Amino acid sequence: MGKKMHIQMTVNGKAEEFLAEPRELLIYTLRERLNITGPHIGCETSHCGACTVTLNGKSVKACTVFVAQADGSEITTIEGLGTPDALHPLQVAFKEHHGLQCGYCTPGMITRATKLLEENPNPTEEEIRFGMAGNICRCTGYQNIVKSIKAAAAEMNAAKEAAE
Amino acid sequence: MKDEVESREDRVGKLKGLGCSRKRVEDARFTQGKGNYVDDIKLDGMLFGDFVRSPYAHARITGINIDAALKVPGVLAVLTAKDLEPLGLHWMPTLAGDRQMVLADGKVLFQGQEVAFVVAEDRYAAADGIEAVEVEYEELPVLVNPFESLKSDVVLREDTVDEDGAPKDGAHGPRKHHNHIFTWEAGDRDTTEQVISEAEVVAESDMYYHRTHPCPLETCGCVASMDKVNGKLTLWGTFQAPHAIRTVVSLISGIEEHNIRVISPDIGGGFGNKVGAYPGYVCSVVASIVTGKPVKWIEDRMDNLMTTAFARDYHMTGRISATKDGKITGLHCHVTADHGGFDACADPTKFPAGFMNICTGSYDIPTAFLEVDGVYTNKAPGGVSYRCSFRVTEAVYFIERMIEVLAIKLNMDAAELRRINFIRKEQFPYTAALGWEYDSGDYHTAWEKALKAVDYEGLRAEQAQRIEDFKAGKTRKLMGIGLSFFTEIVGAGPVKNCDILGLGMFDSCEIRIHPTGSAIARLGTISQGQGHATTFAQILASEIGLPADSITIEEGDTDTAPYGLGTYGSRSTPVAGAATAMAGRKIRAKAQMIAAYLLEVHDDDVEFDVDRFVVKGAPERFKTMKEIAFAAYNQAIPGIEPGLEAVSYYDPPNMTYPFGAYVCVMDIDVDTGVPEIRRFYALDDCGTRINPMIIEGQVHGGLTEALAVALGQEIAYDDMGNVKTGTLMDFFLPTAWEVPNYETDHTVTPSPHHPIGAKGVGESPHVGGVPCFSNAVQDAFRPFGNVHTNMPHDHWRIWKTAHDLGLHG
Repeated sequence: MGKKMHIQMTVNGKAEEFLAEPRELLIYTLRERLNITGPHIGCETSHCGACTVTLNGKSVKACTVFVAQADGSEITTIEGLGTPDALHPLQVAFKEHHGLQCGYCTPGMITRATKLLEENPNPTEEEIRFGMAGNICRCTGYQNIVKSIKAAAAEMNAAKEAAE
Repeated sequence: MKDEVESREDRVGKLKGLGCSRKRVEDARFTQGKGNYVDDIKLDGMLFGDFVRSPYAHARITGINIDAALKVPGVLAVLTAKDLEPLGLHWMPTLAGDRQMVLADGKVLFQGQEVAFVVAEDRYAAADGIEAVEVEYEELPVLVNPFESLKSDVVLREDTVDEDGAPKDGAHGPRKHHNHIFTWEAGDRDTTEQVISEAEVVAESDMYYHRTHPCPLETCGCVASMDKVNGKLTLWGTFQAPHAIRTVVSLISGIEEHNIRVISPDIGGGFGNKVGAYPGYVCSVVASIVTGKPVKWIEDRMDNLMTTAFARDYHMTGRISATKDGKITGLHCHVTADHGGFDACADPTKFPAGFMNICTGSYDIPTAFLEVDGVYTNKAPGGVSYRCSFRVTEAVYFIERMIEVLAIKLNMDAAELRRINFIRKEQFPYTAALGWEYDSGDYHTAWEKALKAVDYEGLRAEQAQRIEDFKAGKTRKLMGIGLSFFTEIVGAGPVKNCDILGLGMFDSCEIRIHPTGSAIARLGTISQGQGHATTFAQILASEIGLPADSITIEEGDTDTAPYGLGTYGSRSTPVAGAATAMAGRKIRAKAQMIAAYLLEVHDDDVEFDVDRFVVKGAPERFKTMKEIAFAAYNQAIPGIEPGLEAVSYYDPPNMTYPFGAYVCVMDIDVDTGVPEIRRFYALDDCGTRINPMIIEGQVHGGLTEALAVALGQEIAYDDMGNVKTGTLMDFFLPTAWEVPNYETDHTVTPSPHHPIGAKGVGESPHVGGVPCFSNAVQDAFRPFGNVHTNMPHDHWRIWKTAHDLGLHG
């Protein structure tokens, strides 16, 4: 037990403020304190990526970030990517191309993929496989995940072109 | 009017029934982060329980002091075996007829064993409490090798020997030694010995199918909530068999079964890991009763890998005999099965080695004998079927390796050896030497299709050239061609020979048609990613003529779902899928009577047509199922009860036998030991295909889990019984980077006894994939004298194989 710290963060656009022990892990903060249960716990050692969120513009594994490190940060989780009426193209593509089965890795997988496509809007298959290698899926064998991300990239690029 | 102009084809299309690649209805919630897994459940005042675990693999416990732990802020209680003993819950029965300590009762038998259960306000307080529990251990000699265990004077399980130290009989008869669990036999020992001793050619091999773990991305866990006011226990958990869990909880706790509600919420993958009953479930229930509050227990990844549900760990010795021309005459298999400290294998009760007696594979082998000896060691209990029907992965790996070893002995092409020994199409239904009756198959057609698709002869020519180039120093990469042809045995199973703890392995479906022509169906199974809500609605749509999109499928709540034995061993489609079709046919039978009444004709004068009943010979006169549904609720029809509901409990007459033909092409760098999968072709025959998109997804996933097991994944122990692969740093789970694209293909040989001819597919790719990857590695080294090397073929082991064969100069 340590002295509690005063933490402020913005999660999916909403300002949050609370007292927490510095040892509290960000995934715990999100899931237990803020009831944001999209990100999951799979390994607690940074290997599986089920807990992936975007923190200050970077993909991070929330299971190995102390809440103290996330003080003052801006965080996006799967819940912040789309709404039921306006889904993110990746959310659509994963369903369309059977890019998920049990769904446990999916929030982290899609959240990571949003960053991948921001960093590289037109990735090759190899770049997708490398860029997603921090997220483990036990069900799909990745083939349809790669397909989903490719399809979403095409969709997003077409929408961008149409807007220009 | 619109219906009249609509083509039959359009009407079929609208149903999204059998054969349609319907998009999954589950995905909306999963892609939006709105899944509801057990760790997402939050109840008022909920506490968190976690285990103090043994650091030793074998030790006597001389003292446990919980005083300091109880002083830790947030800790409410610490349970030990002493607390559970008055309730009779310090031990629990296992699915295999043995018993297992819930909390260490005087000693521990494997590293990570549950010693005490700390109940606290949250996970952090529980972790602090665990640190403060003082346990005194006195180390005992450790046995991690089953062969040594069978020779050792050290008695692992004092509770299984009499006062003189002699082994008491076990659940499966007499035991040969105090660390021996059972001997299980199938086939004809004497004839097999005779056939092999007189054979022209005999090939032999020892192989170790290493211990591994299903490792779903979500670990096991539960929330137990005892409502003391109403006397009701609700138990949410990662249960692949919720009804069986309810019955087990009732039997061991004494709580009447109607007062127990078990709910499996969304499950983040199972692969066999979530079939068993674990100490965490028992302790959570007890802790909830003791504290009067809901208690959650969730494994962390180390707990998961170290303690719940290992798979495999079979030491197999094979002899296979043949004529000089390669016609197989006999097969002998002996298995020494390492079951760990308690026999907690999840198999049908009468099958302590599962369906290992499917080990004659896809071949017409006239004589065979199998003997399995189960052994206690200081390893974790479990022995689940990791993405396969009971021990079928072991059986198929065994025979597919024996075929390769025999091909080497005969100096014959392994594809040809398979071809000349396949059970022929006209032999089905085929009774194998070890007793199973295969329902249907057309192996030759599948094999020819596969070999043609990959240009097998071309591949062998390329491989021959590669060997020349390698010998000439032009390349350091060898090429391996992995073949496998598998027959699975799934869909357990007929109640006459399949039960778990006395519960027959039937399954069930209950359908309610609503007045406006939509429906809900509930089943005794539970999806863990297989997409039941999508596919079972498709089966029903085709049976009852209402669109799949208008049918809700619900599973996993024992208060509402009919009794069933759950989802594992590819049994959902063969058993619950059959129940679904049969319940649908009951709906249709009643609908026929209602339609005949409405159309004012005799029952026999109407017939079903896609989504309606039509008057025979007058297709313009019809009533749609939607109209019939409404009539069932608003008309007084003489002799017919109102409503439109049905339930079916389906006891399958036989198992189903999916099969497939796989080919893997691999390049192996002999200096680094890195295999590169160039191509993987998978032909599956799962009988009638319900949803091709989902089948393909299952194949991709199963192959990837096969790749993992064959090429690196293992639960390894050191001599002290320490788990060396207890985190995802050491336990291999392939990422997108290591996994190839797969080519999928199919033939369709329906099951003759299944109502819609379906056989099940989820586990086939794993069962067939493991030997295929392994055979590819071994085939690459065949020209240099390799006969057999054990899995997992990780980079180091492949390098070592190359080194031992003198390929490093």
